[in-house]
Amino acid sequence: MKKLLIGNQAVACGLHDGGLGVVSSYPGTPSTEITEFLSKYDDIHSEWAPNEKVACEVAFGASLAGARSSCAMKHVGLNVAADPLFTLSYTGVNGGMVICVADDPAKHSSQNEQDSRHYAIASKVPMLEPADSQEAYTFAKSAFELSEKYDTPVILRMCTRIAHSQSIVEFSEKQEAVLKNYEKNPQKYIMMPGNAIKRHPFVEERTAKLTELAEDCMYNTVEYNSDEIGIITSGCSYLYVKEVMGDSASILKIGMPNPLPVQLIKDFASKVKKLYVIEELDPIIENHVKSLGIEVVGKEKFSILGEFSQQTIAKAFDMDNKVGVTADSEIPMRPPMMCAGCPHRGMFYTLSKNKITVHGDIGCYTLGAVAPLNALDSTLCMGASISGLHGYNAARGEEAEKKSVAVIGDSTFMHSGMTGLVNVAYNATNSTVIILDNSITGMTGHQQNPTTGYNIKGDPAAKVDLEALCKALGINRVRVVDPYDLKACETAVKEELAVEEPSVIISRRPCVLLKSVKLQPSLNVDADKCKSCKRCMGLGCPAISMKDGKAKIDNTLCVGCGVCKQLCAFDAIV
Amino acid sequence: METKSIMIVGVGGQGSLLASKLLGRLLMDEGYDVKVSEVHGMSQRGGSVVTYVRFGDKVYSPIITEGEADIIISFEKLEAARYAKFLKNDGLIVVNTQQIDPMPVIIGAATYPEDVLSELTDKGLNVEAMDALSLAIEAGSPKAVNIVLMGRAAKQFDIPYERWINAIENTVAERFVEMNKKAFDLGYNF
Repeated sequence: MKKLLIGNQAVACGLHDGGLGVVSSYPGTPSTEITEFLSKYDDIHSEWAPNEKVACEVAFGASLAGARSSCAMKHVGLNVAADPLFTLSYTGVNGGMVICVADDPAKHSSQNEQDSRHYAIASKVPMLEPADSQEAYTFAKSAFELSEKYDTPVILRMCTRIAHSQSIVEFSEKQEAVLKNYEKNPQKYIMMPGNAIKRHPFVEERTAKLTELAEDCMYNTVEYNSDEIGIITSGCSYLYVKEVMGDSASILKIGMPNPLPVQLIKDFASKVKKLYVIEELDPIIENHVKSLGIEVVGKEKFSILGEFSQQTIAKAFDMDNKVGVTADSEIPMRPPMMCAGCPHRGMFYTLSKNKITVHGDIGCYTLGAVAPLNALDSTLCMGASISGLHGYNAARGEEAEKKSVAVIGDSTFMHSGMTGLVNVAYNATNSTVIILDNSITGMTGHQQNPTTGYNIKGDPAAKVDLEALCKALGINRVRVVDPYDLKACETAVKEELAVEEPSVIISRRPCVLLKSVKLQPSLNVDADKCKSCKRCMGLGCPAISMKDGKAKIDNTLCVGCGVCKQLCAFDAIV
Repeated sequence: METKSIMIVGVGGQGSLLASKLLGRLLMDEGYDVKVSEVHGMSQRGGSVVTYVRFGDKVYSPIITEGEADIIISFEKLEAARYAKFLKNDGLIVVNTQQIDPMPVIIGAATYPEDVLSELTDKGLNVEAMDALSLAIEAGSPKAVNIVLMGRAAKQFDIPYERWINAIENTVAERFVEMNKKAFDLGYNF
C-alpha cells in the first residue's frame, strides 16, 4: 500500500508501525502533526503535556516501564527538554525511545534558527535525519531497534521542508507493541554521582560502537558517479543537490548526523578531486570532515543562514540560468495578522492606546507586535514575558511598575509562565500580568491544553482553574475581563497598574476560530454618519478598510465582535 | 518525463490546502512520483501562502524556485504578481481577479497596484484571469474558488475529465461533492 503523506504523518506511521506504546508532546511548528496523527490510534497512549520537559520525562518513564515511547517538539522545545535529555543519555532505555525534533531553517514559524544537531553531539545521543516521507517512515520505525540495541534514546531530526512536504510512502509490516519486563536497576536508572560516574564510560563506549555502525548502515549511503566532484550532504539539502547535479557528482548522503562516520568519509574523499559539504544551518559535518584533516568547501559557498533550494546549489556551481519576470509596481507585503474578531485585539488596543510597555510571549498574540497596534516591546521564549517583566520592574522600580505589563497565553502560561509568576509573588515586584485566555493553543492549530477541559482526543479532562491557580501561587489580586469590552479592559489595566501589589488580569474569551464559538452577524458602516476619523482603523482589523474616504466593513470577514463599534464616536457602525 | 512544477498561491484561509490535496492525490493515482510542499503555522493567519506541487518520473526537491513553475494557480491578484517571477517564460498563470487588501494597504502604509495583471501580460507573461469568486458563488459557495480555478487549470494536464471528477468525489466530504463538481465544471468550461 502506498500513500501521499507529509513527513510528520510518515513519522507518526513509522512510530506506530514500530510498536509505539506511549507518546507525550508539546505542540510546536513544524512538529505538531506527528502527535496529532498519533492521537488517532487507539492502541497508543497519546497526550499533550504542559511542556517539552514533562513530555520527555513521560517518554522516559514509559521506556523505563518497558514500552516503546516517543516525544515530539520543535527545535526550541528541545532547549526545554535538554535537562532530561542529557542524563537520559546516561541511563539509556528499557523500551526503545525516540525524541522527534523539528528544526525550522528560515524561521517560517519560530523565534530563532538553532541547529538541533548540536544537542545530539553534546548529549552523545545518536540522531537520524530523513530526507523525505519514505525515509521519515523507515527511520522512525527502525529507530526503536537502534535505541534498544545500543541502550540509548534516539533523536529523529526533521526540518520544516521534510515535516510539511508530502511524498509517497510505501508501508512495511507493523510490529506489535510489546511491554518488556521492568526490573529494578538502581545503577542504571538512579543517576546520583556514584552511579552516574560509572555510566559515563558506557556512554563513551556506546558512541564508539555507534561510530562503527555509521561506517556501514542503511542511514549513510554513497552514490559514486564522478571522480571530479564529491558532495557530502544530508536531509533536504540532498534533494536539492540531486535535483541540480543528478548523476554528475558523487554523493555521500548522511542519514545519521551523529555520530558521524570516519573511514567512510575518508574513503569517499579519497575518490574525488574536489570535495564539498552542503548542509543547512551550522557547519556540523564540515567541521567533522576538517577535523579528519580533509580539505573541503562548505560554509564559504553555502550559507549558514536560512534555507537552501535547488537554486542555491545551481548558483554555487554556476549552473543557474532561470530568470523570472516581475511586475514593475512594488508588491505590498502580506504579513500574517490577528484574525477578524480575535479576542486578543481589544486588550492590545487598550495597552497600545495607554502606551504601556508590554513584555510579550510566544503564540498568536505575538502578532500584537505588528502595525497598527505595535503593542509589544519584547518577545524572547516561552514564559519569558512574566520573568522578563519582573526583571524589568526590579531594575527600573516603581515608575516602570505603573506602566508595564506581561501578556501570555493560557497554554504558554501552563508551559512555563507559572514559575515566573511564583517569582513575581515571592520576590515581590508590583508586576501586572495579563493572561490572554482564549481557551486553546492557537498558533499551532488548536490543540487542547490543561486549561481547556479536554484532552488530546477531545474527551473531557481535568481543567486547571486559572484564578485559583494564580492565587495559590501567591497573587492576591486576580480579576477576569472580557476583551471584547474595551471600557472594562481599560479600567482593569489602569486599576491593576496602580495598586501596590502584584496582580493578574485574565483576559478571557475563546478563540474566534473555534467551532464552538457562535459568530455574530457582520456589522456595517453607515457612510452618511462616518466622519472618516479613522479611529476604527487603529484596531488593525482585517475586515475594516477605507474605501472612497469612508470606513468599510468586509461582510465576508466580519464576525460581529463589536469592538470597532465601541470606538466610533458617531454611531456610524451598526 | 521531466518534472512539472505547479504553484498554488493565495491568502491564508482561501482553501489552497484542499486544492493541493486533490491535485497531489490525483497525480499519484495517475502513476507519477509526486511531492507537495506547504508551510503551516504563522503563514496561516491571513498571510501570503504558497503550496508547491511537483510531479514526474522522479521528483527530488519539494520546492519551486525562480523561473521554474509551469503553472501558477493564484487565488488573488496581488499574490499572482508576488510569485510571478517563479513562472517559466512559457508558463501560465491562472488567476482569480479577486482583490484582498493586505494590512499594509488597509492602514495606508502601502498601495495596492492599480492594474497588476496587465503589468504581467505587458511583460509577456501568459495570464488567464477569471472572476472565480462569482462562479464559486454560482456553484453554491464562495469557498469553492479553489475548485473553480482547478477546473480552469485542468486542461493543462494530460488527465481525462472523468479522472478529475473521480478525484473530487474521493477528496471532498460527500455533502459538498455536487457543489464542487459544479464549481469544477464552471471553471473547466470557462
